[in-house]
Amino acid sequence: MLTLILLLIPLIASILVLFLKGESVKWFSFFATIVQLIFTFYVYSVFQNKEAAKSLLAINIEWISSPKINFNIALDGMSLLMVFLSNLLMPLIVLAGFNRTQERSHIFYSLVLLMHFALIGVFVSFDGFLYYIFWELALIPIYFISLNWGGVNRSTVTLKFFIYTLAGSLLMLFGFLFLYWNTNLHSLSWFDLTVNHICSCKQGFIFWMFFIAYAIKIPLIPFHTWQPDTYSTAPTQGTMLLSGIMLKMGLYSLLRWLLPIIPNGVAEYTPIAIALCVIGVVYASVIAIMQTDIKKLFAYSSIAHVGLIAAGIFALNMQGIQGGLVQMLAHGINVVGVFYCADIIINRTGNSNINSLGGIRLLAPRFATYFIIIVLGSVALPLTNSFIGEFMLLFGIFEYNSWAAIMAGLTIILGAVYMLRMYQKVMLGDLNENVTVFEDLKWNEELVLATIAILIFVFGIFPKPILELVEPIATEIFKISFVK
Amino acid sequence: MTQTIIQTSNLYLPTILIPLLPLLGFFINALFGKKLGHASGWIATAVLFGAFACSLFLFLNLPTGGSETITISNWFYFKNIFIPFAFLIDPLSITMLLVITGIGSLIHLYSIGYMHHDEGFSRFFSYLNLFIFFMLLLVMGNNYLIMFIGWEGVGLCSYLLIGFWFKNQAFNDAAKKAFIMNRIGDLGFIIGMFMMLFYFNSLNFDVVTIGALKLGMGNMTIIYITLFLFVGVMGKSAQLPLYTWLPDAMAGPTPVSALIHAATMVTAGIYMIARSNVLFSLAPHTLDVILIVGTATSLFAAVIGLKQNDIKKVLAYSTVSQLGLMFAALGMGAYESGMFHVVTHAFFKALLFLGAGSVIHAMGGEQDMRNMGGLGKFIKITFATFLIGTVAISGIPPFAGFFSKDEILATAFEHNKVIWGLLSFSSMLTAFYMFRLVYLTFSSSFRGTDEVKHHIHESPATMTMPLIILAACAIIAGFIGLPTIISHTHLFKNYLASVFAQSKLIMPAGHEMSHSMEWILVGTAVTLALVSIAFAYQKYVMQKHVPAADENVKGISKVVANKFYVDEIYNTVFVKPIMLLSDLFLVVVDKLIVDLLVHAIAFITNQIGRALRLLQTGHVGFYMFAMVISMIILLAVQIFVVI
Repeated sequence: MLTLILLLIPLIASILVLFLKGESVKWFSFFATIVQLIFTFYVYSVFQNKEAAKSLLAINIEWISSPKINFNIALDGMSLLMVFLSNLLMPLIVLAGFNRTQERSHIFYSLVLLMHFALIGVFVSFDGFLYYIFWELALIPIYFISLNWGGVNRSTVTLKFFIYTLAGSLLMLFGFLFLYWNTNLHSLSWFDLTVNHICSCKQGFIFWMFFIAYAIKIPLIPFHTWQPDTYSTAPTQGTMLLSGIMLKMGLYSLLRWLLPIIPNGVAEYTPIAIALCVIGVVYASVIAIMQTDIKKLFAYSSIAHVGLIAAGIFALNMQGIQGGLVQMLAHGINVVGVFYCADIIINRTGNSNINSLGGIRLLAPRFATYFIIIVLGSVALPLTNSFIGEFMLLFGIFEYNSWAAIMAGLTIILGAVYMLRMYQKVMLGDLNENVTVFEDLKWNEELVLATIAILIFVFGIFPKPILELVEPIATEIFKISFVK
Repeated sequence: MTQTIIQTSNLYLPTILIPLLPLLGFFINALFGKKLGHASGWIATAVLFGAFACSLFLFLNLPTGGSETITISNWFYFKNIFIPFAFLIDPLSITMLLVITGIGSLIHLYSIGYMHHDEGFSRFFSYLNLFIFFMLLLVMGNNYLIMFIGWEGVGLCSYLLIGFWFKNQAFNDAAKKAFIMNRIGDLGFIIGMFMMLFYFNSLNFDVVTIGALKLGMGNMTIIYITLFLFVGVMGKSAQLPLYTWLPDAMAGPTPVSALIHAATMVTAGIYMIARSNVLFSLAPHTLDVILIVGTATSLFAAVIGLKQNDIKKVLAYSTVSQLGLMFAALGMGAYESGMFHVVTHAFFKALLFLGAGSVIHAMGGEQDMRNMGGLGKFIKITFATFLIGTVAISGIPPFAGFFSKDEILATAFEHNKVIWGLLSFSSMLTAFYMFRLVYLTFSSSFRGTDEVKHHIHESPATMTMPLIILAACAIIAGFIGLPTIISHTHLFKNYLASVFAQSKLIMPAGHEMSHSMEWILVGTAVTLALVSIAFAYQKYVMQKHVPAADENVKGISKVVANKFYVDEIYNTVFVKPIMLLSDLFLVVVDKLIVDLLVHAIAFITNQIGRALRLLQTGHVGFYMFAMVISMIILLAVQIFVVI
């Protein structure tokens, strides 16, 4: 029941907000997301009490009897982590839009909340079909957000993005149908699929159906070419949604719908998957070094970071999986931070080329401080949130193959190269002639960035609660998937 | 699954106060620095003196040869690996603590005067405090992960402080270079940690040591671990081939050079090896690598130092060279001698840097020695203290540098005569270029403009006080480690004995050198130093030789003055290709190959659609015709193929 409420709050809010006008739209959306966040904490407290949790959190009603499709939603540690991430980022994403003028803002925020609804749905569905519906549903609002509120060349870019990901989803749908007919229970329930594996002979084939779908969403090399354009064209709040939460759908799905369901297929093709991920880490980092567009630079850096997460997951060991989960949270926070900083700069200067920026620190010291904290968070400096995750991921990869870990470890060096280069060009040095005025942070901007900065340190200094939250589920996935 | 240890030790409070005080100072200065104004400098200095007092308390209260682990929390765990947040207090960490907080507080005090007119005054002190906090974590942690936190943290502060005057992009470049070079090393450190986790399931020093002892002498695993750790060390302690960031790091304010790039951070590598001494002792091949790298660095940097004209650059290359000497000592298994030189070097090199800062302060920012000269008359305290530091680094008895250097050279003589020869030569060069520096700066007559000459003044008391204290230390610090020819109680060695006890058991002990031999060595070393000094005197005081302007430098001198073009080589071999690769990846792979495929698929789909559209003619006759034909084909298939 509680899970259903988590699902309904954004849906109802997304409908209600359509009837509002002007500033109240933003305030209402912010209010709704805050309610959702507070409710998440309540759900977490229930979750801690194992006995009560079972009856309160899961719903399993028959929806269609044949083919057997159930409305099955529940929460486990991993779902909760993802729901927590979404609900933590949502208020920040909404708050980021304050003090900005926006046409038809009631539709915009309705779409944002609808997206929120779909994302939560993806994370709590335990029936393959239901999950697929939410997965596709999430695509619709972001399509319209990018199409209507995006930047230059938005229709081409958005179409490419839409078709790209839709093509992947179709492969996944096909995979699900195949699973349905070729397992003897004829059910897409996660609980059935994880126990009742499809014949190993067919797993290799299914692996690619799912893998490509997720690889496009995450995105992994070479399925990534939609991403830099989309990230730089979409309105910033859209980019935040995409990079902060939506790409986590792909990573989450690897752990939820790929590893435990077709373990043998995964085991068979892990070398290829890891190779793709690790190459992607280095490849994207190297590209990021010479990027001049600040949003594209962050887009490529994001490809590198999620590539590392995926590589750790495919290393198929405890620390890789656990590290991947922790890092999803960290990456979500940091990536929202960097894109917001990029947005603040572009909004103030009308310029996204790092070569024609510079000296902003002289005019906006507070902004400079937050920005460097977020930059340090994304280069995984110890005591920031992404350090423990990156450490565990790399250790996971190391256990799989030490050379792969050294390759992937180059991100430590290359990440510093492109991030510090960017920061130096944009923020340091003397004032560029294009930057004559740069107002320091407004209240909402400061609130968002301060929250992110605090989160970066809190999770960096106290990693234990998060590690403990995901530990049981990582153990479970590990057991289901690999302990025969 | 969690272990709880309740601390009852009386060392608990002072131990946690040591890092907490600078952290507190950082927060105060970072949050309220603007309002505090110049008070922030005094607060930053005060917290550090507090930390120094706590360190002294530990020094006095820790039983001889004892060690104590102070656990703050069970920080986190995964799988069966527990990472505690705990401090290890033993003679080694106390030695480092005293150096860091002691010299650190003097440098803080000095900075109050030095940075007085800078608009970033409070920001400067907040960074300094933060640096001290991370440096303390580095030396206090009881496992490699805490050490790594400090390790990267000091790298961050070094980045922030080198680029402190961030309007200047050259300074920012230097800061970025330092951070990135350090990160190359850090990758090695991380891989080393992974190997430890993999083989020993722990990062705690004691567990790793026990695990390593079980694997035994010359085990390949330990050799790999130590080699990877040494990669980290090369970055942090500026050894070949990762040393080029340190001379550039002189872009930062001079107190930063004294604190970070001479006395403390760059010696972190020596601390790490000393801390892991058992591992390194078990890996003789790694020790050989360290010995070779150390000796080569020592010599290489000393040669470059001969031709530098920037007062801070000379000191920077001298630091690299002295660090090389320390690594050579470690490479021979003489861990105490290496640590001893860390301590004495911290005193006299901090003194020299601060002295150089005082000179720069007097000269209104001028750093080129060719525009100085004759300053001894104007700034007497600076001159006197600087001279003491120079004599100390040159290895003239009874100053501090003599004792520690002599110890290393004596070990080298026993170990390998070639190494001894190279290190002696490097020491000789050191004496030469340091006195070249002194003569060019302080003797003969002033070569700068009159405007600068009027400006020259002795620095305020906040700056001269630390100079005097450090000079006193540079004179007497050597007495804690007297050579056997004078006394049989080597205080420093005895104090650290417990830390290196296990290594001593593993490694073959060198036989005691005869006293006459040792006297000969001492005599040789001192004679060589005196000859160099005389040579420098002859050239720069008698002949009043002034180094030529940059464009007039020719031949081999030009190569040396340009630091053997190592930066240029790195640029061509590493930086440029990566930039090229970046463009190549984007333009060729991303845009051309991958996107072309994507567009090709779209195009083919489009074309198929176009082709099939032609079939939709709307003529019912055509549809029926097609239907009949299809049915015939299906029937034919049914009949001929299936049967």
